[in-house]
Amino acid sequence: MESFLNRYRNITVLLLVIFAQLILLAVQVKNDKDMRMIRVWTVTAITPVARVIEAVRGGGAGLLRNYVTLRNTDAENRRLSDELNRDKLEIIFLKNELATADRAKALLVFQSHTPSKTLAATVCGIGTGSNSKVVFVDRGSVSGVQRGMAVVTPDGIVGKVKFAYPTSSEVLLVTDPDFAAGVVSQKNQVRGTLKGQGTPMCLVDYVPFEEKVELGEWFYTSGDDRIFPRGHPVGVVKSVRNGPQYKEIVVEPSAMQRGVPEDVLIIVEGVHMEIPDTPPANQPVYVAAPPPAPASTPAAAPPSQTAGPATEADKLRLEYKAVGEAQKKVFGVGLPGSAPPDFTKLGQAPAPNPAGPVAPAAGASTAGNAAPKPPAGPVAPAAGAAASPNPKPPAGAGPKQPPPPDALRRANQAAGASTGPIPAGQAGSPPPK
Amino acid sequence: MSYSGGRILLSSQRESQVSRFRPWIMVAAPLAAILFQVYVPLFFPFLAFLEAPLLVVVYFALMRHSQIGGLLAGALVGLAQDSLSKNPLGMFGIVKTLVGYFASSIGLRLDVDNVMMRMLLTFFFYVFHQFFYWVMARALLAKTLGFDPQRTLVMAALNALVGVALYHFLDKLRETA
Repeated sequence: MESFLNRYRNITVLLLVIFAQLILLAVQVKNDKDMRMIRVWTVTAITPVARVIEAVRGGGAGLLRNYVTLRNTDAENRRLSDELNRDKLEIIFLKNELATADRAKALLVFQSHTPSKTLAATVCGIGTGSNSKVVFVDRGSVSGVQRGMAVVTPDGIVGKVKFAYPTSSEVLLVTDPDFAAGVVSQKNQVRGTLKGQGTPMCLVDYVPFEEKVELGEWFYTSGDDRIFPRGHPVGVVKSVRNGPQYKEIVVEPSAMQRGVPEDVLIIVEGVHMEIPDTPPANQPVYVAAPPPAPASTPAAAPPSQTAGPATEADKLRLEYKAVGEAQKKVFGVGLPGSAPPDFTKLGQAPAPNPAGPVAPAAGASTAGNAAPKPPAGPVAPAAGAAASPNPKPPAGAGPKQPPPPDALRRANQAAGASTGPIPAGQAGSPPPK
Repeated sequence: MSYSGGRILLSSQRESQVSRFRPWIMVAAPLAAILFQVYVPLFFPFLAFLEAPLLVVVYFALMRHSQIGGLLAGALVGLAQDSLSKNPLGMFGIVKTLVGYFASSIGLRLDVDNVMMRMLLTFFFYVFHQFFYWVMARALLAKTLGFDPQRTLVMAALNALVGVALYHFLDKLRETA
């Protein structure tokens, strides 16, 4: 017996260890009970080291930027001025500081505005396992964190606390396949269950076919799951299609658009909120002031008749037109077989006059052999317009002096008319009257 | 040239040389590997492919030539990894126990100082680890995890490359007889 055990000692130990772990696994799965003690030991052993490394990294970053990087760039400083390098480093440093301050400020603003009682935390580690989406945050049961608490940012929900250890907590991210939360759509109040898929996108399940969900619609937490208070943004709908039993609604989680956020809020005491009527504005959108009112109203000077050529194509068209008219050719009138205009004199043609059809004599006397210039004045009606270096605006046009093309274009755009580029298919047609 | 010369197969177990490590290295290396997997992908997500705990288990199992030592190292590292995941304890533990046992068994018969052999073994054990974990997740936890063979092979190759470099570093920490 002894020799048998000695001979098969290794395989016996292997089987014992495997069997013990199988028993451990079976107890956990069957009773849905976790071996908390082992986890606490490991997390307590690992996370303090991770926190120390994080602290060293955070503190060392400034040192690295200000000292090591400066030393590394010393060779470059021989070619570049010291001042330039210092400024560059300062800009990088300030940008990082600004980004950190922005994040902190956003969290602070959100924290002060949300009715729920929250606790700020920093992500300090990531969970093991290729398919798992869990992170560790630096707040644990000592700070009042409990299992099942919601984790959010101003952008949206991040996940929920899966385990709360004394000094840290494990957070199951919204993208984890085991994650689920009750959600409701903003527009049509469609209820469903948000599920992670292990990918950056999430799925809203259990939505019947007859419910209407639109692309771009926002989903909010419904509060039904008793974890997330109602009214927190979840994400925006990216695709909707019919699945085998329910609609398959793919949602992009708004809090995870730039990866796992560094700073999060743990909701210690949740308060339900109303779902807003408008989608959440993540960043203020700058809206410029309206353009100043033009001197001439569009009614007084019809935009299509007053604007100069805005594009190179317009200028070229006027140039060709001027050459044709100098040779007494009227475009669109010539019979088949008639001699075409001689465009070899294009470079010697009189300057195109945007004021309209120009008499040959007038064109020759005013422009001579000058190179074509971009027209500065408005396009006048064809008949009766005199070619002059400073063409006068048509009667009743309003302003004494023609406004610059830019101002006119702005005025016309304000009036909703297209004046600059010639629309496709109308390139050869006369300007509208 | 080393004792094993250009050979890959060893003629007897006596020919194989047991490597010895200081106790603190035996503790610090797995801890560092787990810490690496917990912390580094937070800032460098592209390094998430690296299964550092597995590499460390394979290395110590290969070099120690002790099947019981290998399987215990695998079990401890695996359980620690389980503790930091959302899964029930034992999933990584069982897989790494087997990896430790098989690696130390192979280490008795092959020249594990050979770079190509190390690369091949790491490649093989990575595929074995991922596949066996997938099988266990389906069989024991009824989880429908995806298993992409192509991706796994690529990851195995990358881990093998990194593993060879890591083993070279860990070789420096060996105690000379």
